[in-house]
Amino acid sequence: MTDTLTPAPDPAARANSLRQQPDTRGHFGDYGGRYVAETLMPLILELDRAYRSARQDPAFKAQFDDLLEHYVGRPSPLYYAERLTETLRQSAAPEMGAQVWFKRDELNHTGAHKINNCVGQILLAIRMGKTRIIAETGAGQHGVATATVCARFGLPCVIYMGAKDVERQQPNVFRMKLLGAEVRAVESGARTLKDAMNEALRDWVANVHDTFYIIGTAAGPHPYPELVRDFQSVIGREARAQLLDRTGRLPDLLVAAIGGGSNAIGLFHPFLDDDVAMLGVEAAGEGLEAKHAASLAGGFPGVLHGNKTYLLQDDDGQIAEAHSISAGLDYPGIGPEHAWLKDIGRVDYTAVTDREALDAFQLLCRTEGIIPALEPSHAIAAVAQRAKDMPADRIILANLCGRGDKDIFTVAEALGVSM
Amino acid sequence: MTRLADAFAKGRAALVCFVTAGDPDAAATPAILDALVAGGADVIELGMPFTDPMADGPAIQAANIRSLAAGTRTADILRIATDFRARHPDVPLVLMGYANPMLRRGPAWFAAALRDAGVDGVICVDVPAEEDEALGPSLRDAGVAMIRLATPTTVGERIGEVLAGADGFLYYVSVAGITGKQQAVQASIEEAVARLKAATDLPVAVGFGVRTPEQAGAIARVADGVVVGSAIVELVARHGAAAAGPVTAYVQSLAAAIAATVEAREITA
Repeated sequence: MTDTLTPAPDPAARANSLRQQPDTRGHFGDYGGRYVAETLMPLILELDRAYRSARQDPAFKAQFDDLLEHYVGRPSPLYYAERLTETLRQSAAPEMGAQVWFKRDELNHTGAHKINNCVGQILLAIRMGKTRIIAETGAGQHGVATATVCARFGLPCVIYMGAKDVERQQPNVFRMKLLGAEVRAVESGARTLKDAMNEALRDWVANVHDTFYIIGTAAGPHPYPELVRDFQSVIGREARAQLLDRTGRLPDLLVAAIGGGSNAIGLFHPFLDDDVAMLGVEAAGEGLEAKHAASLAGGFPGVLHGNKTYLLQDDDGQIAEAHSISAGLDYPGIGPEHAWLKDIGRVDYTAVTDREALDAFQLLCRTEGIIPALEPSHAIAAVAQRAKDMPADRIILANLCGRGDKDIFTVAEALGVSM
Repeated sequence: MTRLADAFAKGRAALVCFVTAGDPDAAATPAILDALVAGGADVIELGMPFTDPMADGPAIQAANIRSLAAGTRTADILRIATDFRARHPDVPLVLMGYANPMLRRGPAWFAAALRDAGVDGVICVDVPAEEDEALGPSLRDAGVAMIRLATPTTVGERIGEVLAGADGFLYYVSVAGITGKQQAVQASIEEAVARLKAATDLPVAVGFGVRTPEQAGAIARVADGVVVGSAIVELVARHGAAAAGPVTAYVQSLAAAIAATVEAREITA
């Protein structure tokens, strides 16, 4: 089984490492931090202490590793997408067209990478003596993963979900209910992910004594961006070892879709000190000049939901409504470590439209027999664009962070098919 | 003495009244602020609307939405403040809101704009002591008070951390929760105020869930200030641009209950 929570390397030996963020106050450069109401601050500090202690505890690590192996089904496979690679080469110049490999996190229990983080956080919640779990969800994948671990450990669970997302993600709403969770549809604001997060924070502030908030992405107040990243870094650590084992080399380019950015940071982080290029793919929605969800491409630094990061906002700091065909990317912010990695130039970020993601969705279905979620379809679209400009001996490793069963109704509607 | 210090030195608890700026629209706010003063408010707390007011309950959330839907901009709020200062040279005015609208053009810009508008202090929900650097130094340079919040979870060593750099008054949020929902038990308020007053010379004002004159009077007996918000915002929601009359009458009822605590004290003496 892979080593899932490696203690940080000796800082003195890695003085120039990009893997030593955040600082003790949760800052990634200028981003991150703990911008929360005073009521939550003591709990945030307690969570930080509990997480430091858990990281050093071999029993915590052993339980986490065991659940990931036998409950989640890790390690997930690393797959060489031969037909996709060949198909993309047909439109490339001779000797061009990189190999495309996928980290198959869509094969995890519950169908996405979200479960990795939920396993880690519920173990923390239990360690802290909390008896009630809340979470927000966009596409419903994090809600399903949270409801799943709550069922597994017998804790009551309330999932906040924007009313608009409830409408467009009915299969996941039903899954959560089957798993015993209470799903509360949030009618405020834009009725999507950010409003669900506001409502979860309102619940938390009123129930700090017994409630643990399982945040679904690598954002929120410190230490959430750090601990979510650490729990998701199993993706990158496995992928790194698997590719070395299969090819004897590291990839040339990593690609991952970004909403809040947890699957991307989970893939990227173990490679940050390597000579490997990285590309994060935001949702350009109907286009960057129209409605979209690309906070790095179209936003400015600001403070929301406990952290400082890039946000879609107007000149007065009012948060803009995000738009993406993918409910999981429909958020006007991004995890603070991505904001920092963008500013220092370590990771490139691009954006892919709804239409391009739909094309990539169909491309993967037909070339590889894999129905991807709309979130990683954005990554696949970027892979298709980049692969043809790279020599044929280069390797692109992309994260297939979720499966598409939940999205077939949305895709059918977008393609004008009535079911 | 500053305007804020004067407001808390009247021999009775100060009445702090909150409304959301631009609710129902920016043109209506000046008359509502005047109504608060006419009713006997000692400190005006003007809410800066935000799209994502995650510490607020339904009443103030709705006020934020009404204000933004009416097109209220930061420039409108600064103009409302400047005009208020011209009409009421001695009534302290503090802005309450969330970090992002305050920081959008940079903390120094915001602090200077508030100084120029005659704003006395700022309550920022999501800039806790740990992130003071984001806003606190700029406000202090501009002579604007950084008013800190203490809550039922602010205990032990944390009280000192919250008080470091705090100015104007200390706002005790008596309920672990959002605005306007439930009221705290009086005994818990008395215990918390005593704990906080032992740690600071700043006046301690108590808010969240205060809506009746009886509650205001009870808090006024133990604290230096009483904050009322959601109940006033609900009057504005009901009466809109015609809210001035009902608001004045309501604030008068609160002020009378607080004044009665002084008479009670004098009789006892």
